[in-house]
Amino acid sequence: MQLGLDSLSGTTLAAALIGLVLLEAIVLYFGYGFLESTLGKRVTDLLRGL
Amino acid sequence: MEVLGVAAELLVMFTGFGLLIGILFGFFGMGGSFLVTPALLVMGYAPNVAVGSGLAFVFGTSVIATLKHRDLGQVDYKLGVLMIAGTTGGIEVGKIGLEYLQHIGLAGSVVSVAYIGLLGSIGAFVTYTALKGGDGGISHDVEEDDEGADDIPPIAQKIQSYNVPPMISIRGGFTVSLWMVLAVAFATGLLSGFLGVGGGFIRMPALFYLVGVPVPVAVGTDLFEIVFSGGIGSFLYAQSGAVDLSIVVPLLAGSALGARIGAGATNLVDEDDIKVYFGVMLLLGAIAVAVREAGNYLGIEVLDLVSLAIILGAALLVSGAVVVSSVRKLRETPSSAEPSVAD
Repeated sequence: MQLGLDSLSGTTLAAALIGLVLLEAIVLYFGYGFLESTLGKRVTDLLRGL
Repeated sequence: MEVLGVAAELLVMFTGFGLLIGILFGFFGMGGSFLVTPALLVMGYAPNVAVGSGLAFVFGTSVIATLKHRDLGQVDYKLGVLMIAGTTGGIEVGKIGLEYLQHIGLAGSVVSVAYIGLLGSIGAFVTYTALKGGDGGISHDVEEDDEGADDIPPIAQKIQSYNVPPMISIRGGFTVSLWMVLAVAFATGLLSGFLGVGGGFIRMPALFYLVGVPVPVAVGTDLFEIVFSGGIGSFLYAQSGAVDLSIVVPLLAGSALGARIGAGATNLVDEDDIKVYFGVMLLLGAIAVAVREAGNYLGIEVLDLVSLAIILGAALLVSGAVVVSSVRKLRETPSSAEPSVAD
Protein backbone atom coordinates (compact mmCIF):
# COMPACT_ATOMS: atom_id res chain seq x y z
CA MET A 1 0.00 0.00 0.00
CA GLN A 2 1.56 3.32 -1.07
CA LEU A 3 1.42 5.65 1.92
CA GLY A 4 4.77 7.37 1.51
CA LEU A 5 6.56 4.63 3.41
CA ASP A 6 8.56 3.41 0.43
CA SER A 7 11.64 5.42 1.37
CA LEU A 8 11.77 3.97 4.92
CA SER A 9 13.50 0.73 5.84
CA GLY A 10 14.19 -1.60 8.75
CA THR A 11 13.26 -0.39 12.21
CA THR A 12 11.86 2.96 11.02
CA LEU A 13 9.57 1.26 8.54
CA ALA A 14 8.45 -1.27 11.17
CA ALA A 15 7.68 1.51 13.70
CA ALA A 16 5.76 3.47 11.05
CA LEU A 17 3.71 0.41 10.02
CA ILE A 18 2.81 -0.52 13.60
CA GLY A 19 2.03 3.11 14.40
CA LEU A 20 -0.36 3.22 11.45
CA VAL A 21 -2.15 0.05 12.58
CA LEU A 22 -2.43 1.49 16.12
CA LEU A 23 -3.81 4.77 14.77
CA GLU A 24 -6.30 2.93 12.56
CA ALA A 25 -7.48 0.81 15.53
CA ILE A 26 -8.08 3.91 17.69
CA VAL A 27 -9.86 5.78 14.87
CA LEU A 28 -12.04 2.73 14.13
CA TYR A 29 -12.95 2.26 17.80
CA PHE A 30 -14.13 5.83 18.28
CA GLY A 31 -15.45 6.22 14.71
CA TYR A 32 -17.65 3.12 14.80
CA GLY A 33 -18.67 4.01 18.37
CA PHE A 34 -19.90 7.39 17.14
CA LEU A 35 -21.73 5.83 14.19
CA GLU A 36 -23.35 3.28 16.49
CA SER A 37 -24.60 5.91 18.91
CA THR A 38 -26.02 8.08 16.11
CA LEU A 39 -27.35 5.43 13.69
CA GLY A 40 -27.74 2.32 15.87
CA LYS A 41 -31.40 2.79 16.79
CA ARG A 42 -32.36 3.70 13.22
CA VAL A 43 -30.69 0.54 11.88
CA THR A 44 -32.33 -1.60 14.60
CA ASP A 45 -35.76 -0.17 13.75
CA LEU A 46 -35.12 -0.76 10.06
CA LEU A 47 -34.25 -4.40 10.69
CA ARG A 48 -37.28 -4.79 12.95
CA GLY A 49 -39.43 -3.51 10.08
CA LEU A 50 -40.72 -0.38 11.79
CA MET B 1 -9.27 0.32 -10.45
CA GLU B 2 -6.66 1.01 -7.78
CA VAL B 3 -6.85 2.72 -4.37
CA LEU B 4 -3.46 3.85 -2.98
CA GLY B 5 -1.74 1.45 -5.35
CA VAL B 6 -3.87 -1.55 -4.35
CA ALA B 7 -6.54 -3.22 -6.49
CA ALA B 8 -10.00 -2.14 -5.28
CA GLU B 9 -11.23 -5.74 -5.58
CA LEU B 10 -8.56 -6.86 -3.12
CA LEU B 11 -9.52 -4.14 -0.62
CA VAL B 12 -13.22 -5.05 -0.89
CA MET B 13 -12.43 -8.75 -0.45
CA PHE B 14 -10.27 -8.20 2.65
CA THR B 15 -12.81 -5.78 4.15
CA GLY B 16 -15.54 -8.36 3.59
CA PHE B 17 -13.44 -11.15 5.06
CA GLY B 18 -12.61 -8.90 8.02
CA LEU B 19 -16.33 -8.27 8.53
CA LEU B 20 -17.01 -12.01 8.72
CA ILE B 21 -14.07 -12.56 11.10
CA GLY B 22 -15.21 -9.61 13.24
CA ILE B 23 -18.76 -10.97 13.56
CA LEU B 24 -17.33 -14.30 14.73
CA PHE B 25 -14.93 -12.54 17.13
CA GLY B 26 -17.63 -10.30 18.57
CA PHE B 27 -20.14 -13.12 18.93
CA PHE B 28 -18.01 -16.01 20.17
CA GLY B 29 -15.40 -13.93 22.00
CA MET B 30 -12.60 -15.79 20.27
CA GLY B 31 -10.08 -14.10 18.01
CA GLY B 32 -10.43 -14.88 14.32
CA SER B 33 -6.70 -14.56 13.73
CA PHE B 34 -6.30 -18.31 13.41
CA LEU B 35 -8.46 -18.14 10.28
CA VAL B 36 -6.65 -15.13 8.78
CA THR B 37 -3.18 -16.64 8.44
CA PRO B 38 -4.36 -19.89 6.80
CA ALA B 39 -6.53 -17.84 4.42
CA LEU B 40 -3.49 -15.75 3.44
CA LEU B 41 -1.43 -18.92 2.99
CA VAL B 42 -4.13 -20.38 0.78
CA MET B 43 -4.20 -17.15 -1.24
CA GLY B 44 -0.55 -17.68 -2.04
CA TYR B 45 1.15 -15.13 0.25
CA ALA B 46 4.62 -16.09 1.52
CA PRO B 47 4.50 -17.70 5.01
CA ASN B 48 6.35 -14.79 6.66
CA VAL B 49 3.95 -12.24 5.08
CA ALA B 50 0.93 -14.34 6.11
CA VAL B 51 2.24 -14.64 9.69
CA GLY B 52 3.50 -11.02 9.95
CA SER B 53 0.28 -9.52 8.58
CA GLY B 54 -1.76 -11.90 10.75
CA LEU B 55 0.09 -10.63 13.82
CA ALA B 56 -0.45 -6.98 12.82
CA PHE B 57 -4.17 -7.75 12.47
CA VAL B 58 -4.12 -9.38 15.94
CA PHE B 59 -2.42 -6.25 17.32
CA GLY B 60 -5.11 -3.96 15.87
CA THR B 61 -8.06 -6.05 17.06
CA SER B 62 -6.59 -6.46 20.55
CA VAL B 63 -6.11 -2.67 20.86
CA ILE B 64 -9.82 -2.24 20.08
CA ALA B 65 -10.85 -5.03 22.49
CA THR B 66 -8.64 -3.62 25.26
CA LEU B 67 -10.09 -0.13 24.79
CA LYS B 68 -13.50 -1.74 25.35
CA HIS B 69 -12.41 -3.65 28.48
CA ARG B 70 -10.08 -1.07 30.03
CA ASP B 71 -12.61 0.26 32.52
CA LEU B 72 -13.70 -3.13 33.86
CA GLY B 73 -10.65 -3.46 36.14
CA GLN B 74 -9.97 -7.02 35.05
CA VAL B 75 -6.27 -6.64 34.32
CA ASP B 76 -3.50 -7.96 36.59
CA TYR B 77 -0.68 -5.70 35.36
CA LYS B 78 2.09 -7.56 37.19
CA LEU B 79 0.97 -10.85 35.68
CA GLY B 80 0.56 -9.08 32.33
CA VAL B 81 4.13 -7.75 32.35
CA LEU B 82 5.50 -11.22 33.25
CA MET B 83 3.42 -12.75 30.46
CA ILE B 84 4.77 -10.14 28.04
CA ALA B 85 8.36 -11.04 29.01
CA GLY B 86 7.78 -14.77 28.52
CA THR B 87 5.76 -14.30 25.34
CA THR B 88 8.36 -12.02 23.76
CA GLY B 89 11.01 -14.72 24.18
CA GLY B 90 8.62 -17.27 22.69
CA ILE B 91 7.78 -15.07 19.71
CA GLU B 92 11.46 -14.44 18.95
CA VAL B 93 12.25 -18.18 19.06
CA GLY B 94 9.13 -18.95 16.96
CA LYS B 95 10.17 -16.35 14.39
CA ILE B 96 13.72 -17.71 14.17
CA GLY B 97 12.29 -21.20 13.75
CA LEU B 98 9.94 -20.08 10.98
CA GLU B 99 12.69 -18.20 9.14
CA TYR B 100 14.95 -21.25 9.33
CA LEU B 101 12.21 -23.47 7.95
CA GLN B 102 11.61 -20.90 5.21
CA HIS B 103 15.35 -20.96 4.42
CA ILE B 104 15.29 -24.72 3.91
CA GLY B 105 11.99 -24.52 2.03
CA LEU B 106 9.78 -26.28 4.55
CA ALA B 107 7.99 -23.33 6.18
CA GLY B 108 4.78 -23.55 4.13
CA SER B 109 4.31 -27.27 4.78
CA VAL B 110 5.21 -27.18 8.50
CA VAL B 111 3.01 -24.15 9.24
CA SER B 112 0.15 -25.71 7.27
CA VAL B 113 0.45 -29.04 9.10
CA ALA B 114 0.59 -27.22 12.47
CA TYR B 115 -2.56 -25.33 11.50
CA ILE B 116 -4.34 -28.51 10.45
CA GLY B 117 -3.56 -30.05 13.85
CA LEU B 118 -4.46 -26.92 15.81
CA LEU B 119 -7.68 -26.02 13.99
CA GLY B 120 -8.71 -29.67 13.79
CA SER B 121 -8.23 -30.36 17.50
CA ILE B 122 -9.86 -27.12 18.69
CA GLY B 123 -12.70 -27.58 16.17
CA ALA B 124 -13.28 -31.15 17.34
CA PHE B 125 -13.24 -30.02 20.99
CA VAL B 126 -15.69 -27.13 20.42
CA THR B 127 -18.02 -29.31 18.31
CA TYR B 128 -17.92 -32.14 20.85
CA THR B 129 -18.65 -29.89 23.85
CA ALA B 130 -21.34 -27.96 21.94
CA LEU B 131 -23.11 -31.22 20.99
CA LYS B 132 -22.70 -32.43 24.57
CA GLY B 133 -24.15 -29.19 25.88
CA GLY B 134 -20.98 -27.81 27.46
CA ASP B 135 -19.58 -24.32 27.00
CA GLY B 136 -16.72 -25.43 24.77
CA GLY B 137 -14.14 -23.01 26.06
CA ILE B 138 -13.77 -19.70 27.83
CA SER B 139 -15.23 -16.59 26.26
CA HIS B 140 -13.61 -13.15 26.12
CA ASP B 141 -17.03 -11.70 26.95
CA VAL B 142 -17.39 -12.30 30.67
CA GLU B 143 -19.49 -10.29 33.03
CA GLU B 144 -17.99 -7.66 35.27
CA ASP B 145 -19.08 -9.32 38.50
CA ASP B 146 -17.97 -12.84 37.61
CA GLU B 147 -14.63 -12.57 39.40
CA GLY B 148 -14.23 -15.25 42.03
CA ALA B 149 -17.28 -17.13 40.83
CA ASP B 150 -15.19 -19.88 39.30
CA ASP B 151 -13.45 -22.34 41.54
CA ILE B 152 -9.79 -22.91 40.90
CA PRO B 153 -9.47 -26.12 38.83
CA PRO B 154 -7.83 -29.10 40.60
CA ILE B 155 -4.83 -29.09 38.21
CA ALA B 156 -4.17 -25.41 39.00
CA GLN B 157 -4.49 -26.09 42.73
CA LYS B 158 -1.91 -28.85 42.39
CA ILE B 159 0.42 -26.56 40.42
CA GLN B 160 -0.02 -23.76 42.96
CA SER B 161 0.92 -26.19 45.73
CA TYR B 162 4.43 -26.63 44.29
CA ASN B 163 6.79 -24.18 45.94
CA VAL B 164 9.43 -23.36 43.31
CA PRO B 165 10.82 -19.91 44.25
CA PRO B 166 10.38 -17.17 43.46
CA MET B 167 6.64 -17.33 44.18
CA ILE B 168 4.50 -14.37 43.11
CA SER B 169 1.10 -13.25 44.35
CA ILE B 170 -1.64 -12.88 41.77
CA ARG B 171 -4.92 -11.01 41.88
CA GLY B 172 -7.51 -13.31 43.39
CA GLY B 173 -5.46 -13.90 46.55
CA PHE B 174 -3.12 -16.78 45.71
CA THR B 175 0.53 -17.36 44.88
CA VAL B 176 2.13 -19.29 42.05
CA SER B 177 5.66 -20.01 40.89
CA LEU B 178 7.12 -17.38 38.57
CA TRP B 179 8.54 -20.18 36.43
CA MET B 180 5.08 -21.61 35.73
CA VAL B 181 3.85 -18.21 34.53
CA LEU B 182 6.92 -17.76 32.32
CA ALA B 183 6.60 -21.29 30.92
CA VAL B 184 2.95 -20.74 29.92
CA ALA B 185 3.86 -17.35 28.42
CA PHE B 186 6.83 -18.76 26.48
CA ALA B 187 4.84 -21.67 25.04
CA THR B 188 2.00 -19.44 23.84
CA GLY B 189 4.50 -16.87 22.52
CA LEU B 190 6.16 -19.62 20.52
CA LEU B 191 2.80 -20.37 18.96
CA SER B 192 2.22 -16.67 18.21
CA GLY B 193 5.60 -16.22 16.56
CA PHE B 194 5.39 -19.44 14.60
CA LEU B 195 1.80 -19.33 13.44
CA GLY B 196 0.91 -15.63 13.52
CA VAL B 197 -1.95 -16.06 15.99
CA GLY B 198 -2.67 -14.07 19.15
CA GLY B 199 -2.56 -17.27 21.17
CA GLY B 200 -5.41 -16.07 23.37
CA PHE B 201 -7.52 -19.16 22.66
CA ILE B 202 -4.78 -21.24 24.29
CA ARG B 203 -3.28 -18.73 26.77
CA MET B 204 -6.59 -17.82 28.40
CA PRO B 205 -7.57 -21.44 29.20
CA ALA B 206 -3.93 -22.06 30.22
CA LEU B 207 -4.05 -19.15 32.68
CA PHE B 208 -7.27 -20.51 34.14
CA TYR B 209 -6.62 -24.28 34.09
CA LEU B 210 -2.85 -24.31 34.76
CA VAL B 211 -2.09 -21.13 36.72
CA GLY B 212 -5.49 -20.79 38.41
CA VAL B 213 -6.16 -17.15 37.48
CA PRO B 214 -9.90 -16.29 37.86
CA VAL B 215 -11.61 -16.16 34.45
CA PRO B 216 -12.34 -12.39 34.32
CA VAL B 217 -8.74 -11.55 35.32
CA ALA B 218 -7.43 -14.12 32.82
CA VAL B 219 -9.53 -12.47 30.10
CA GLY B 220 -8.48 -8.88 30.89
CA THR B 221 -4.81 -9.76 31.38
CA ASP B 222 -4.83 -11.81 28.19
CA LEU B 223 -6.20 -8.90 26.14
CA PHE B 224 -3.67 -6.52 27.70
CA GLU B 225 -0.91 -8.98 26.92
CA ILE B 226 -2.04 -9.58 23.32
CA VAL B 227 -1.67 -5.85 22.58
CA PHE B 228 2.04 -6.16 23.41
CA SER B 229 2.70 -9.64 22.01
CA GLY B 230 0.85 -8.76 18.79
CA GLY B 231 2.63 -5.40 18.60
CA ILE B 232 6.09 -6.86 19.26
CA GLY B 233 5.50 -9.81 16.94
CA SER B 234 4.30 -7.67 14.06
CA PHE B 235 7.14 -5.17 14.67
CA LEU B 236 9.71 -7.96 14.37
CA TYR B 237 8.15 -9.17 11.13
CA ALA B 238 7.70 -5.61 9.81
CA GLN B 239 11.45 -5.03 10.15
CA SER B 240 11.96 -7.47 7.28
CA GLY B 241 9.03 -6.06 5.30
CA ALA B 242 6.71 -8.98 6.09
CA VAL B 243 3.72 -6.84 7.17
CA ASP B 244 1.51 -5.91 4.21
CA LEU B 245 -0.72 -2.91 4.97
CA SER B 246 -2.91 -3.64 1.94
CA ILE B 247 -3.98 -6.77 3.87
CA VAL B 248 -4.08 -5.39 7.42
CA VAL B 249 -5.87 -2.03 6.88
CA PRO B 250 -9.01 -3.38 5.11
CA LEU B 251 -9.13 -6.51 7.33
CA LEU B 252 -9.09 -4.35 10.46
CA ALA B 253 -11.68 -1.90 9.11
CA GLY B 254 -14.05 -4.77 8.35
CA SER B 255 -13.45 -6.69 11.57
CA ALA B 256 -13.94 -3.65 13.85
CA LEU B 257 -17.40 -3.16 12.35
CA GLY B 258 -18.13 -6.88 12.41
CA ALA B 259 -17.10 -7.15 16.07
CA ARG B 260 -19.76 -4.57 17.00
CA ILE B 261 -22.40 -6.48 15.04
CA GLY B 262 -21.31 -9.76 16.64
CA ALA B 263 -21.28 -8.26 20.15
CA GLY B 264 -24.78 -6.85 19.55
CA ALA B 265 -25.94 -10.29 18.38
CA THR B 266 -24.95 -11.86 21.72
CA ASN B 267 -27.81 -9.86 23.29
CA LEU B 268 -30.26 -11.52 20.91
CA VAL B 269 -29.14 -15.07 20.18
CA ASP B 270 -27.96 -17.80 22.55
CA GLU B 271 -24.33 -18.63 21.75
CA ASP B 272 -24.85 -22.34 22.45
CA ASP B 273 -27.42 -22.54 19.63
CA ILE B 274 -24.76 -21.66 17.07
CA LYS B 275 -21.60 -22.94 18.72
CA VAL B 276 -21.72 -26.28 16.92
CA TYR B 277 -21.47 -24.38 13.60
CA PHE B 278 -18.42 -22.59 14.94
CA GLY B 279 -16.73 -25.90 15.77
CA VAL B 280 -17.58 -27.22 12.32
CA MET B 281 -16.14 -24.03 10.80
CA LEU B 282 -12.82 -24.66 12.55
CA LEU B 283 -12.82 -28.23 11.27
CA LEU B 284 -13.53 -26.94 7.74
CA GLY B 285 -10.59 -24.52 8.20
CA ALA B 286 -8.34 -27.49 8.93
CA ILE B 287 -9.71 -29.34 5.88
CA ALA B 288 -9.12 -26.24 3.70
CA VAL B 289 -5.44 -26.06 4.65
CA ALA B 290 -5.13 -29.83 4.08
CA VAL B 291 -6.74 -29.51 0.63
CA ARG B 292 -4.28 -26.74 -0.28
CA GLU B 293 -1.32 -28.84 0.87
CA ALA B 294 -2.62 -31.81 -1.12
CA GLY B 295 -2.96 -29.53 -4.15
CA ASN B 296 0.64 -28.35 -3.78
CA TYR B 297 1.90 -31.91 -3.32
CA LEU B 298 -0.03 -33.29 -6.28
CA GLY B 299 0.45 -30.19 -8.45
CA ILE B 300 -3.30 -29.58 -8.81
CA GLU B 301 -3.72 -25.79 -8.82
CA VAL B 302 -7.52 -25.81 -8.71
CA LEU B 303 -7.36 -27.22 -5.17
CA ASP B 304 -6.02 -23.82 -4.02
CA LEU B 305 -9.27 -22.27 -5.18
CA VAL B 306 -11.30 -25.04 -3.53
CA SER B 307 -9.41 -24.45 -0.30
CA LEU B 308 -10.06 -20.69 -0.34
CA ALA B 309 -13.74 -21.33 -1.11
CA ILE B 310 -14.00 -23.66 1.92
CA ILE B 311 -12.46 -21.08 4.32
CA LEU B 312 -14.49 -18.12 3.04
CA GLY B 313 -17.62 -20.25 2.71
CA ALA B 314 -17.33 -21.59 6.27
CA ALA B 315 -16.79 -18.10 7.73
CA LEU B 316 -19.69 -16.74 5.63
CA LEU B 317 -21.96 -19.60 6.71
CA VAL B 318 -21.40 -19.17 10.45
CA SER B 319 -21.39 -15.36 10.54
CA GLY B 320 -24.47 -15.47 8.27
CA ALA B 321 -26.17 -17.80 10.77
CA VAL B 322 -25.37 -15.31 13.56
CA VAL B 323 -26.80 -12.35 11.60
CA VAL B 324 -29.90 -14.16 10.30
CA SER B 325 -30.73 -15.57 13.76
CA SER B 326 -30.28 -12.10 15.28
CA VAL B 327 -32.54 -10.38 12.73
CA ARG B 328 -35.19 -13.08 13.24
CA LYS B 329 -35.00 -12.62 17.00
CA LEU B 330 -35.08 -8.84 16.61
CA ARG B 331 -38.32 -9.05 14.63
CA GLU B 332 -39.86 -11.21 17.38
CA THR B 333 -38.72 -8.85 20.18
CA PRO B 334 -41.12 -6.08 21.25
CA SER B 335 -39.54 -2.64 20.76
CA SER B 336 -39.96 -1.88 24.50
CA ALA B 337 -37.53 -4.73 25.29
CA GLU B 338 -35.03 -3.50 22.76
CA PRO B 339 -31.51 -4.80 23.26
CA SER B 340 -28.48 -2.61 22.62
CA VAL B 341 -26.86 -2.92 19.21
CA ALA B 342 -23.52 -3.59 20.83
CA ASP B 343 -22.16 -3.69 24.30
